[in-house]
Amino acid sequence: MYWNSFSEFLAMGSHGLYVWGSVGVMTVAMILEPVLLIKGQKELISRLKRQFRAERSEQRVGRNADRATPSQG
Amino acid sequence: MSNKQINWFKFASPQAFYPLAGRMIPWFWGLAAVFGIAGLYIGFLVAPTDAQQGEGYRIIFLHVPASWMSMFIYLVMAFWAGLGLAFNFRLSGMMASALAPTGALFAFLSLWTGALWGKPMWGAWWVWDARLTSELILLFLYVGFIALQSAIDDPRRADKAGAILALVGVVNVPIIYFSVKWWNTLHQGSSVSLTKSPSMAMTMLWGMLLCALACWMYAIAVALMRVRTIMLERERHTDWVRAELRELCEPAGGE
Repeated sequence: MYWNSFSEFLAMGSHGLYVWGSVGVMTVAMILEPVLLIKGQKELISRLKRQFRAERSEQRVGRNADRATPSQG
Repeated sequence: MSNKQINWFKFASPQAFYPLAGRMIPWFWGLAAVFGIAGLYIGFLVAPTDAQQGEGYRIIFLHVPASWMSMFIYLVMAFWAGLGLAFNFRLSGMMASALAPTGALFAFLSLWTGALWGKPMWGAWWVWDARLTSELILLFLYVGFIALQSAIDDPRRADKAGAILALVGVVNVPIIYFSVKWWNTLHQGSSVSLTKSPSMAMTMLWGMLLCALACWMYAIAVALMRVRTIMLERERHTDWVRAELRELCEPAGGE
């Protein structure tokens, strides 16, 4: 271990602002990107599922109507 | 049909690649975490101070990997874009689109960490130096690629237009890489080169290489996640996506 104390580690020899400013932004960016991707993927899947269900129920209504017509005619 | 080549081509189709990518993502996240923790441990806790730059040099463990990734992702993106343009593979355009935002992020991070490194060392956040300016152009190329693709509704045409921009922009990558050699710049020369032994202590080098590997694994994981979303969106009318959705809507075998 190179450092003598935690405060020395935080101070980074008077360059703390620059070093931690870099670490902070890079960490936030590299957490935010996958989080947003997971959120986007979930939203897309729920949208596609909604569309899929809507189409299925439409088809079912259509099929029932088809079945109903010849028996009546 | 037991030919190896056929197996490879199988994974070039979205329906085979989608589940494969899904299985690979956790592994790349795991590797990114392991390499990242090891690299940051060495870089921030073990490596000694730099004789000239003091502790501020530790930004190198973030700045160099981010810069490498920004250039490398561009090359990979242009490779996929070119492949798509030449052979019209469905997957290649999606791959190029999936890589662009991550590349742009790394270009931004390279500039950001560079500014925070430049201020204490040179006394300036920014200078219009060859290295810095060409990296800024790289960021603009990424942003231009993303903007151009999102401005065109038809994904196939968007892929083609984006591919041409990506391929023209490739010329910028060697300019960035060699800028410190070709021009007199404020930016220091490369610390690691393929032709001569590195001009830095072994501990520092290891810390930097591990951080770079972590960024690689991160970029692959994130690109695979994004390409999966793009695949579902673009192929939503195909049989395989509908089969996937049927499974999600009716998990227990359905009606």
